Amino acid sequence: MEHNVFTVGAFALLGAGIAMVAGIGPAIGQGYAAGKAAEAVGRQPEAQNTILVTTLVTQAVAETTGIYALVIAIMLLNFVSGLLK
Amino acid sequence: MEDILQGPKTVFTILGYPVSESVVNTWIVMVVLIILALIFRRRLELRPGKSQNIAEMLVEGFSGIVTSIMGEANAGFTPFFGTLFLLILLSNILGIFGFRTPTADINITLAYALVTVFSIHFYALKAKGFGYLKGFVQPLFFLLPINIIGELARPVSLSMRLFGNMLGGSVIMALISGAVSLFVPAVASIYFDLFSGILQSFIFTMLSMVFISLAKD
Repeated sequence: MEHNVFTVGAFALLGAGIAMVAGIGPAIGQGYAAGKAAEAVGRQPEAQNTILVTTLVTQAVAETTGIYALVIAIMLLNFVSGLLK
Repeated sequence: MEDILQGPKTVFTILGYPVSESVVNTWIVMVVLIILALIFRRRLELRPGKSQNIAEMLVEGFSGIVTSIMGEANAGFTPFFGTLFLLILLSNILGIFGFRTPTADINITLAYALVTVFSIHFYALKAKGFGYLKGFVQPLFFLLPINIIGELARPVSLSMRLFGNMLGGSVIMALISGAVSLFVPAVASIYFDLFSGILQSFIFTMLSMVFISLAKD
């Protein structure tokens, strides 16, 4: 099979799409954290500010893997646009 | 959108070293911060006027956050983290005014993350002496490489988080403004530039505070 520039570029773009499947994980994790935070506010409404801050920070930590996937996808897109130049 | 993915443009070169758009935009942020500081510093009185009230509110709010997270003993960190927060915040929301967001550049965010990581190790060494190095071989000796990789991953994850969020926001904003050029980008900009910018700068300073206070005790 012949490997030309377009085949390589097409597979790189496919890889960028597949990398973003990692977005599922942070979504589940953040949703879980948000649900637990809502429960905590329901139980202790007076601690709302502390819970809000803690939730935002923990959600940011949970987001990290999704951000890695985004960075890899953007690197692949850059690779393709460099390839076709 | 192409030009956002391609990274920052080089504005000019000094002695062969390229000076990119991100650096120039950070200079703009620094000038704005310095001018604001000079304005707020003018006419300090015992009975505060309007501008002094705003400044005092900012400082008191931030020192409250620092003492609640790091404890009374570390209240001296307020100026450092306040400056870091304001610098990252203004860098993040610079995208609203049509500039390229400086924090959507891995070099800038890595520099901020390295400041945090070096202060983590500095304060840990200062607080615990060389007993701090013993923490690397705990709980078992052969976990040393894993602990070292964990330490190396910290600047990467700190910088990638800010960089990825801001770059992702810029890419989505460019896509939206390419598809619809009326009214919709303005609404989307409130979320992607303003809200996510404030949130990410807050999270960056917050995580730095947590890491440093954990390293100290």
